[in-house]
Amino acid sequence: MNLQLFLLLAAGLFAIGLFGALSQQSIVMIMMGVELMIGGVVVGAAAFWRFLAPAASGQVIVVSAVVAMAVEMAMGFAVTTAIYRARQVDMTDLAKDLKD
Amino acid sequence: MEVALFWVLAVAALAGGALVFRVASMARATFALLAALICVGGELVLLGLPYLGVVVVLMMVMEMVIMVVFMVAYMMNPGGLMPMSMLHNKRGALVISAGVFLALAAGILLVPWPAPAVVLPADTTFQLGESLMGGQMLTMMTLGFVLLSTMVGATALVSRRGRYDRYGDDLDRRPADDPAGGGVGR
Repeated sequence: MNLQLFLLLAAGLFAIGLFGALSQQSIVMIMMGVELMIGGVVVGAAAFWRFLAPAASGQVIVVSAVVAMAVEMAMGFAVTTAIYRARQVDMTDLAKDLKD
Repeated sequence: MEVALFWVLAVAALAGGALVFRVASMARATFALLAALICVGGELVLLGLPYLGVVVVLMMVMEMVIMVVFMVAYMMNPGGLMPMSMLHNKRGALVISAGVFLALAAGILLVPWPAPAVVLPADTTFQLGESLMGGQMLTMMTLGFVLLSTMVGATALVSRRGRYDRYGDDLDRRPADDPAGGGVGR
């Protein structure tokens, strides 16, 4: 095991999540893509901590990424609920008039 | 042993991640994502962070169970019984994500990384706890406030009648019968 292998895994997770976040119409599926992307960030940050700088601050970065996961999921569910309650919409393409 | 475990978890994580966007059933997609993120937790344990690894696994199990409920509640086709495409700009997304992966992989393989650290802390959980309760206390407090703000914001978003929807002092009073049907979403 070395740093490059873990970083390649992180890059793979990030890229798969990015594909989902860009291509999906369902709001919940977009949230799944973002979760995968943050999962990649978690693996990358942990690998940097383990192989380059095993100091406490490195672990705190991993904790911050995990908190970002929780915040993204909670706010995503809340926004989904609010927009569904307002117009019975669960797809981004149906909610695009938000920008007008 | 550790190398074999790394490969098993890595392949399972990537396969689970890919399955999320391949299966027709959203409930299955949720459990594929759960499998991928449990493997991420396993990789953290392999890297010497058992506490954070277990936290990720427990958190993801709870999140994904909640997500399944949301799927059934909101999605038009949660069970995947009617195969339907819910994608837009699939080719563009594929090109962008493949480009990002190739750029990241090129950087990972071409950068001359420094020699790996030899000395690791004896107890990484103790190291994290001591840091969060000591030098990184401000970070911990900031993260706490972020989580508190999230709870307040999420509750405000999902409540049917918020602070500005009160009709006088009586909380149970119904809105006036407006023939024009004004207001957002009513």
